[in-house]
Amino acid sequence: MRRIIAILLENEAGALSRIVGLFAQRNYNIESLTVAPTDDETLSRLTLTTRGDDSKIEQITKQLHKLIEVVKLVDLTEGDHVERELMLVKVRAEGATRDEVKRTVDIFRGQIVDVTNTTYTIQLTGPSDKLDAFIRAIGRTIVLEVARTGVSGMGRGDKILSL
Amino acid sequence: MTEMMSGGDMLIRALQDEGVEYVFGYPGGSALHIYDAIFRQQRVEHILVRHEQAATHMADGYARATGRPGVVLVTSGPGATNAITGIATAYMDSIPIVVISGQVPNDLIGTDAFQETDMVGVSRPVVKHSFLVKNAAEIPLVVKKAFYIATSGRPGPVVIDVPKDTTDPAITAPYEYPRSVSLRSYNPATRGHTGQIRRAVDALVRAKRPVIYTGGGLVQGEGSDQLTRLARRLDFPVTNTLMGLGGYPATDRQFLGMLGMHGTFEANNAMHAADLILAVGARFDDRVTNNPAKFCPQATVVHIDIDPASISKIIPAHIPIVGPVRAVLDEMETQVNSLLEKHPELPDRDALAKWWAQIEQWRDAHGLDHDLLAKGSAGDVILPQHAVQALYKATDGNAYVTSDVGQHQMFAAQYYKFDSPRRWINSGGLGTMGFGLPAAMGVQFAFPNATVACVTGEGSFMMNMQELSTCQQYALPIKIVNLNNAALGMVKQWQDMQYGGRHSHSTYREALPNFVKLVESFGHIGIKIERLADLEPAMKEAFSDKNRRRLVFLDVQVDPDEHVYPMAIRGGSMRDMFLAKGETT
Repeated sequence: MRRIIAILLENEAGALSRIVGLFAQRNYNIESLTVAPTDDETLSRLTLTTRGDDSKIEQITKQLHKLIEVVKLVDLTEGDHVERELMLVKVRAEGATRDEVKRTVDIFRGQIVDVTNTTYTIQLTGPSDKLDAFIRAIGRTIVLEVARTGVSGMGRGDKILSL
Repeated sequence: MTEMMSGGDMLIRALQDEGVEYVFGYPGGSALHIYDAIFRQQRVEHILVRHEQAATHMADGYARATGRPGVVLVTSGPGATNAITGIATAYMDSIPIVVISGQVPNDLIGTDAFQETDMVGVSRPVVKHSFLVKNAAEIPLVVKKAFYIATSGRPGPVVIDVPKDTTDPAITAPYEYPRSVSLRSYNPATRGHTGQIRRAVDALVRAKRPVIYTGGGLVQGEGSDQLTRLARRLDFPVTNTLMGLGGYPATDRQFLGMLGMHGTFEANNAMHAADLILAVGARFDDRVTNNPAKFCPQATVVHIDIDPASISKIIPAHIPIVGPVRAVLDEMETQVNSLLEKHPELPDRDALAKWWAQIEQWRDAHGLDHDLLAKGSAGDVILPQHAVQALYKATDGNAYVTSDVGQHQMFAAQYYKFDSPRRWINSGGLGTMGFGLPAAMGVQFAFPNATVACVTGEGSFMMNMQELSTCQQYALPIKIVNLNNAALGMVKQWQDMQYGGRHSHSTYREALPNFVKLVESFGHIGIKIERLADLEPAMKEAFSDKNRRRLVFLDVQVDPDEHVYPMAIRGGSMRDMFLAKGETT
């Protein structure tokens, strides 16, 4: 099962490498990972997606907790949550496909952020499966380049991950 | 008043303020400012080793015997990488050591400078935590944090990587050693959950076939007295892991011996048939459980451990208790006492009597024979078990015994009966050959007047025998018992049992040195023993008052065909064992 784990960690050199190293060393899989400082500059927030059954995820969260720089963490997929990912896609857009791509972008509520005579660069945000669906909709054959940020997320309602 | 000091002086001063007695180390370019600071003071004694791996094992042995952190100082590059095996050894067995490594100056990091290695990166998977010092001013706080992290919670090794510019004598900063330190991201448990302890106690007093299974965590966590009282109060059988030997007195009637791959028949059978297992500071290692799917099918598992990640990692715990074993056992004892006062019918004495009768039957059927020595042998051949029993006799069971890794380690674990914690010192988790001699040296430094024996094999011994020179320099009177079977015995045993007797690269009889002459060349005493009749007199000689201040090496020529039994049958349950050559349960 796919899980989204959000982690607050000390914003220190080497902290990220310990998290990535832990996953490599214990044979856990990272599907996506995104990290940036928070409003509190001493803290970074890291969101990663991984897969595993309950016992594996329990072991992953326990091992993450043991890292000295990990301050707090939560498995967002344990409850209701919001997840978003940002994607930039450069597509070949010539002739008839130009209009068709534009229409699909509108349906997915994306934006065209750069235009040339032969290409569009499209920005799209949403849950990961929406971004996957967009790629399928426009067709892989015209896709030139894809850049995705990886998932970021938050619990819904009053649930808060902070100090 | 805060003093101004260079980073090198601060580092050594901080070690003094931590109460450090010894630093085990080896100098080199990046560490020379620190070595100069050592030269200009008296309080911390530096021990010059012959190889950095040995330095880490010495610090480790010191820590295991005393409970206080061991300290290592090495230079950058090869000095640092040589220390890795020892760091990994300490990590696997949760031993508190602090390793200070020199590093190239900050402005050269990343340039592939001479003797540069990314020590923080290389050591990352085998440390509890590590620090890269950025400037001299942060040294006192970094050292304080390093010792705090190494010794608290589940202990472990901490690396401090110190770039040379941060110890430059020309650059000074104010020194003040922090009295305490708190980390918002690190708060190990200080006591167990009372409700969980109550649930555990309820299960304990009602158990009909209980077993207490304790590991290195009980020794490290100083909970042996508490556990012993609890076990006696309840009349429960106790088994120790390889790392946990001495956690419960081995000569006590309630002790079943070691469990696991080379555990006793009675311990492994009791585990398999148990209806309740109280695991204390143990981690259900694969060398204990055999096949986890077949592990103790009827048992309710109560698991006490300081590390939440050890609980339900391999075997799901029905009643998990996270906390320091000593505090948890204290609370458990109080609860047990008050419960038993209210309910005099508990524990179930009839059920326990039946359980003990069953255990005694197992013990009688296939228990270890602790009287082999008295029985002699055909052709005066020395069995490795004889040597361990003779050592036990010659030291009255009171020695600190370190070991290396292999058959000799298992024979020592099986036949030397440890009645106190911190007396049995071996590399259980990583299984590091070459550990025994330097670990014994660390113990001897900690306790200069104690009897320290290293049970080793010629294969393991040759992995760190250069330290015989260090032993001479510091006059360490260690007694080395070399169970010489002219082969890598455990490898050969597996090849006998699983590879049709094809001894692929496990023998070297013609190439072995004359060990007596070898140790004599380092200034020590060597005795070669080839007949059983000579074993006890030689032991007596080694441990005689005359040799109280001398290192004595006993080269005991043992039967090369002997195997360690019992031995777990791979893929089976705990009660599936080889009991002798060709004989299984």
